[in-house]
Amino acid sequence: MKEMLNAIGIKSIDELFEFPDEIKCRIDLPSPMNEMDVEHEIVAMMEKNRTFYEMPSFLPILKPHYIPAIVDEIVARQEFYTSYTPYQAEASQGMLQALFEYQSIVAELTGMEVANASMYDGATALGEAALMANRIKKRGGIAIPECMYEAKKQVLKNYAKGVGIKIYEMPCYNGLPELKSHASIDAIYVENPNFYGIIERRQDEIIDAAEKSDALIIVGSDPLFLSIYNPPEYADIVIGEGYLGNYMNFGGPLLGIFACKRKYLRHMPGRIIGATVDKEGKRAFTMTLQTREQHIRRGKATSNICSNEALCAIAFLAYVAALGRNGLRRIALKNKENAHYMAKQLEKIGFELPFKDFFNEFLAISPVNASMLNKKLLEYGIQNGMLIEKPSNSILYGVTEMHSKELIDRAIEKIKMAMEALS
Amino acid sequence: MMARYNELLLNEIEEDLPEEDFDIERKNLAIPNISRHRIMKHFLRLSQMNYGVDTNFYPLGSCTMKYNPKLLERIAKIDKIKHIHPLQDESTVQGCLELMYKLEKLLCRLTGMDAFTLQPAAGAHGEFTGMLITRAYFEDRGEKRQSVIVPDSAHGTNPASAKMAGFNVIEIPSKDGMVDIDALESVVDESVAAFMLTNPNTLGIFEKDIVKISKILKSVGALLYYDGANMNAIMGKTTPAKMGFDIVHLNLHKTFATPHGGGGPGAGPVGVRDFLEPYLPVPRVVKDSDTYKLRYDFPKSIGKIGMFYGNFAVLVKAYAYIRMKGKELEKVAEKAVLNSNYLMEKLRSYGFDVPYYGRRMHEFVISLEKFKEKGLRAIDFAKRLLDYGIHPPTIYFPLIVNEAFMIEPTEDADATTLNEFADAMKKIAMEQPELLKEAPHTMPVKRVNEVMAAKQPKLTWKDLD
Repeated sequence: MKEMLNAIGIKSIDELFEFPDEIKCRIDLPSPMNEMDVEHEIVAMMEKNRTFYEMPSFLPILKPHYIPAIVDEIVARQEFYTSYTPYQAEASQGMLQALFEYQSIVAELTGMEVANASMYDGATALGEAALMANRIKKRGGIAIPECMYEAKKQVLKNYAKGVGIKIYEMPCYNGLPELKSHASIDAIYVENPNFYGIIERRQDEIIDAAEKSDALIIVGSDPLFLSIYNPPEYADIVIGEGYLGNYMNFGGPLLGIFACKRKYLRHMPGRIIGATVDKEGKRAFTMTLQTREQHIRRGKATSNICSNEALCAIAFLAYVAALGRNGLRRIALKNKENAHYMAKQLEKIGFELPFKDFFNEFLAISPVNASMLNKKLLEYGIQNGMLIEKPSNSILYGVTEMHSKELIDRAIEKIKMAMEALS
Repeated sequence: MMARYNELLLNEIEEDLPEEDFDIERKNLAIPNISRHRIMKHFLRLSQMNYGVDTNFYPLGSCTMKYNPKLLERIAKIDKIKHIHPLQDESTVQGCLELMYKLEKLLCRLTGMDAFTLQPAAGAHGEFTGMLITRAYFEDRGEKRQSVIVPDSAHGTNPASAKMAGFNVIEIPSKDGMVDIDALESVVDESVAAFMLTNPNTLGIFEKDIVKISKILKSVGALLYYDGANMNAIMGKTTPAKMGFDIVHLNLHKTFATPHGGGGPGAGPVGVRDFLEPYLPVPRVVKDSDTYKLRYDFPKSIGKIGMFYGNFAVLVKAYAYIRMKGKELEKVAEKAVLNSNYLMEKLRSYGFDVPYYGRRMHEFVISLEKFKEKGLRAIDFAKRLLDYGIHPPTIYFPLIVNEAFMIEPTEDADATTLNEFADAMKKIAMEQPELLKEAPHTMPVKRVNEVMAAKQPKLTWKDLD
């Protein structure tokens, strides 16, 4: 320390902090703690939480999935998780190739030609997609389904606000948005499966509405769904929540999937990894098309995004690799099967199912007050699905491969008990 | 994982779905089925082709590549965190809410702000949030303010974020490596919503006129925004509030030791002074006697900026770090600043140019312009450093220094590491220019052709066939 001070030519470290007196201040923080105490403090705090394993949950939007141990091992490699954005390609070939593989998988699943290296989450990916469509069409409007997760709508509103993009809500009938042409929109946004879990089969109508509006098509989809159903090749941009391989973590970090047609590549936000060669002609990878990005284009960049969700993208890739095509399809089928089993059991005990054509989320209308039912079920150690305002007493359920028939049967017993207690 | 795309397509899929799904059932999916052992070997090999903080010195300016304490990794992976759904009943997530509440309070103390939101997922996301708050504040007051000022030394995210929130960006020149007060005064009027500034700035210089700057902005009712990328330099010595800032974003993945993850996930909490609190995103975590709650009823709030409540697992790590360091965060700043000044003096004594020479905070910028006469550029030094086992500093930034090398050693570099870096630079400066221009020589690949990558973009393995 002394030697370092001497080398700088100062006597004390305070000389390095010669701030004006009026701004000098100390911070009032607690004393340092040792590692053991910190761990014990946080573990004790988290004891108050109840996990999926302690309290089965049927919540939708983000759902529990089993993650093979190999995924944890891969993302725990220090060379990955302690690295920065791969600006220096020669020292980042591992991260770059992995992200290139991630882009490949996302493009394949979504049926798009190109994908970026991640966005923060599905909601911000939608916001960025709206901005991108506006850069291409320059009209300042987007049509979205009225029936959509409220948080996603709010995030979109915030992204749309700056440039003044108007949001038009397409009214929903029978759980599906009404597809009509619109004069002043850049894009139509549809979800498949949609907010109610319904499989969207009206491809021709979507294309027709978009063509008549001269608008792009943005599709929000789900990676597991896309491993058994046709990808939306008719879309211009596909976005989604890349939950595969990533734990729920109380809602973050998440991973925003973003893919599009090649002709729109230069309008795309976010980091993009490309294959090239080194000076001896050997295959190599690098970040590319950086002139779209904020560190070069500043105020004129396609987006302000800098840090993204790279490690979550690696987890997604590792998960897909571990399961392979066959495993992915098996899990997707299991999701659908379990969800339909759960729905059938609910129907048997008096729930009404307004929509039958769904993947792994579905709406059910409770024969008793839904909010009271959920409260009662908490007492019995079950976190029931998410309450939906309209129609009244409806509950949105999310079911995955983690919800075995046994687990569902036990939950149904509890739901029956709760219903009896309430009637 | 790399596979020949067309071969994968040949694998037919048996029909699994019921008849009514026949027309929408996927007929092919080009994803390989590989054994777990091969997958592990593949990713292990990839990881070995990557520099990280745990493998090499990584003095990347503006990025604060400090050591990521391993407790942070362990604690964020416990079941009680991993398997918690964000929409669970509040009574079943009290631990998560308590941690968020306590972290907000700690961040308030560190910055002098009155309230925080933890929702933004990254620094730039925080800037965007801050700009939306700025907009909402002026709209609420019935004022139309269209522009945001940034210095020419600002991070690129600053103008990009302001633009995304709908502001015009006015860039002002620097003078002697600092904000040019005259230039600032000449553009400040009542159409200005905010001035975005990082202090110390991107040259590592502390803007000592900050109080004056703050008064200039206040005189027209504009806000002062603090880009917290360089917070590591000032912890325990001053706070953004003391300096007159109204809005602050912090980069938990820089200052608070959560890993960068190869580009993310980070976390970019935003703090504000009390008069801006009503505009913060919802939900807010509140404490009601002994229970923590998520509250949505803030009518002036800008609403939501992300799906849920932010990158919770990252928040846990930052909380653990702040608890471990406590008031010794001041020592962190001291060591970071000491290291930076020591390395700068050492490099200067070896003949490297330091534009706007003077004391620096946690980072400094040297210019390699004089090597241009030998046909060398900053990038050649950067690539050659790789052969010495050092991740190069940030290059060509800030834009106001030619052939810039932006160096941030952080508090975790010891004297030996700093000396090794300086000695490597000295040696490289004396090497044959060809050795630099051809560098790197020892990495898994030779210098990568970035021009070709952009000219003929190959972005998926389908493009490789």
